[in-house]
Amino acid sequence: MKYSSQKIAYYFFSFSMLLLVLQITYGFIMAFAHMGYDGLHSIIPFNAAVTIHKNLLVVWILSGFMGAAYYIIPDEADNELWSVPLAKLQFWSFAIVGVVAVAGFHVGWWEGRKFLEIPRPLDFLVAGNVILFLFIILMTLIKGKQQTTTSWVLTMGLVFAALLYLPGMIYFDNLSVDSFFRWWVVHLWVEGVWELIMGGILAYLLIRLTGVDREVIEKWLYVVVGLTFLSGILGTGHHYYYTGGPDYWLMIGGIFSAMEPLAFLAMTVFAVQMYRKGNKKHPNKLALYWTLSTAIVSFLGAGLLGLAHTLPGVNLYTHGTLVTAMHGHLAFWGAYASLVFAIISYSMPLMSGRNIFDNKIGHLAFWCSNIGMVAMTAAFAAAGVAQVYLERIAGFEFMVVANELHAHFFVLILAATLFTTGITFFIVNFIKFGKPTDEALQTEEQFEALKTA
Amino acid sequence: MLSKKQAKIFFLGGTIVFMLIFIGMSVHSLTVGIPEQTNASEINDQVKLGKRLWDRNNCMGCHTIMGEGAYYAPELTRVYSRRGETYIQAVLTAPEGWGFRGRKMVKYDFTDEEVAGLIAFFKWMDKTDLNGFPAEPSLPVSSR
Repeated sequence: MKYSSQKIAYYFFSFSMLLLVLQITYGFIMAFAHMGYDGLHSIIPFNAAVTIHKNLLVVWILSGFMGAAYYIIPDEADNELWSVPLAKLQFWSFAIVGVVAVAGFHVGWWEGRKFLEIPRPLDFLVAGNVILFLFIILMTLIKGKQQTTTSWVLTMGLVFAALLYLPGMIYFDNLSVDSFFRWWVVHLWVEGVWELIMGGILAYLLIRLTGVDREVIEKWLYVVVGLTFLSGILGTGHHYYYTGGPDYWLMIGGIFSAMEPLAFLAMTVFAVQMYRKGNKKHPNKLALYWTLSTAIVSFLGAGLLGLAHTLPGVNLYTHGTLVTAMHGHLAFWGAYASLVFAIISYSMPLMSGRNIFDNKIGHLAFWCSNIGMVAMTAAFAAAGVAQVYLERIAGFEFMVVANELHAHFFVLILAATLFTTGITFFIVNFIKFGKPTDEALQTEEQFEALKTA
Repeated sequence: MLSKKQAKIFFLGGTIVFMLIFIGMSVHSLTVGIPEQTNASEINDQVKLGKRLWDRNNCMGCHTIMGEGAYYAPELTRVYSRRGETYIQAVLTAPEGWGFRGRKMVKYDFTDEEVAGLIAFFKWMDKTDLNGFPAEPSLPVSSR
């Protein structure tokens, strides 16, 4: 790392890893409940487990994004972080709000709105926390020696993610209106501004790892994020097909949702082409693997599997079934979880000075987690398709069908065990890095030398 | 060949144009489309109470409604016409918590007023126009 203040990223990455472990634990509770083994029902009923599972996902990925921003922005702005004490305050307040929210979910302190279950008083604390985070990042950027396209794309992604949280804080008596604005937050996050963040982090990693000229990478970054918004904004319409909105959303949502894979395909082509143009000499092979897998698996999960059920005629039958869980798991894994793993794999050796670039545990982590997640997706797909045919097309009752799906959840648990093994290996490597140290400080010239090592 | 400046214009121009279209369509949906299709004028105090209870108890954490939720318990958009008031009341007031075919529901201690509110909420939901959702099963019963 170039600046001592970048070490603050480690706090956020550690918190991410802790929450990921918890998220997986609650995932297992849910999978067993689907098989009929819901022994924890009286302590952790399904609605608590699912809320914790989903919110932990959002919080650990946001924590990863914040860590990434604290690492990348000083590097890109060529200056120390504006205020380390405030950044530490922001971390601890973020962690406390997160822990209180998760604890509260166990006792039914929630809003009961999918993905936005955090209760209103904590919403205000989240908003205050994010404002502090953005203030630190913007001050660092403004006071920096340079302002790059990559850093601005990343920062704007974070700013708009914060702004889009606000519509989710308004209460509506009409469930349909409530749902309408909920998707402003959730869809425009994951298929909109989070892709700005993704594009910014990917561009940074490609600049650092491939040796390709910054101007070339940043030009294509504009094209990729342009395609994202071109398709993603009106693609929100696929959430409005059957939730009380006018029927023009069927056509508009259908057309633009069908275009959404193009943005992810562009992301894949962007990353793979930059890798091919590069000199392939950077020693951090693990970071490169995660960077490329982010681009490729996000296209498969978010792009192709999204397309598989996004057209109105198909979605009429798949909407509200396990087919959505199939798409959701591989999409989040490919686009955002892998991205956080990529920036951790890249930055941790540089912050700790321990060059774990290409070890066996790291490769096992990569392959076990990716193969495990693909297998989980396949299990969800089998369960989802069976559910659609039995319940939606043949008309069997929900629970009659649910009891026929136990075998698929058994396969899901096996796949999730392989996935968890991979995550365990990743965390073992993360622990092996140890804490960041100033002894790892390097100059820009030393970074440049790494690209041609 | 595309320059960086042209790429930036494509990004900013495209984003602004599509954002304006989206906002325009959203305004129409929120002021005309949704109020008409969801009979917004029929959302009385009882329906509002039902909606608050729906949220407060995180029913979406197991069930789906309008196809949105957690896929662990039945879809409830048309539950009012599918099951009827008496059945819904029995589910909501089951003394040991409702259980059906091996899957348990959380035990709730709803008051009579709250039960009436939830039923009113499901009755309102039953009449909404959701562009054909949920679809009727296409296989005839006799073919099962």
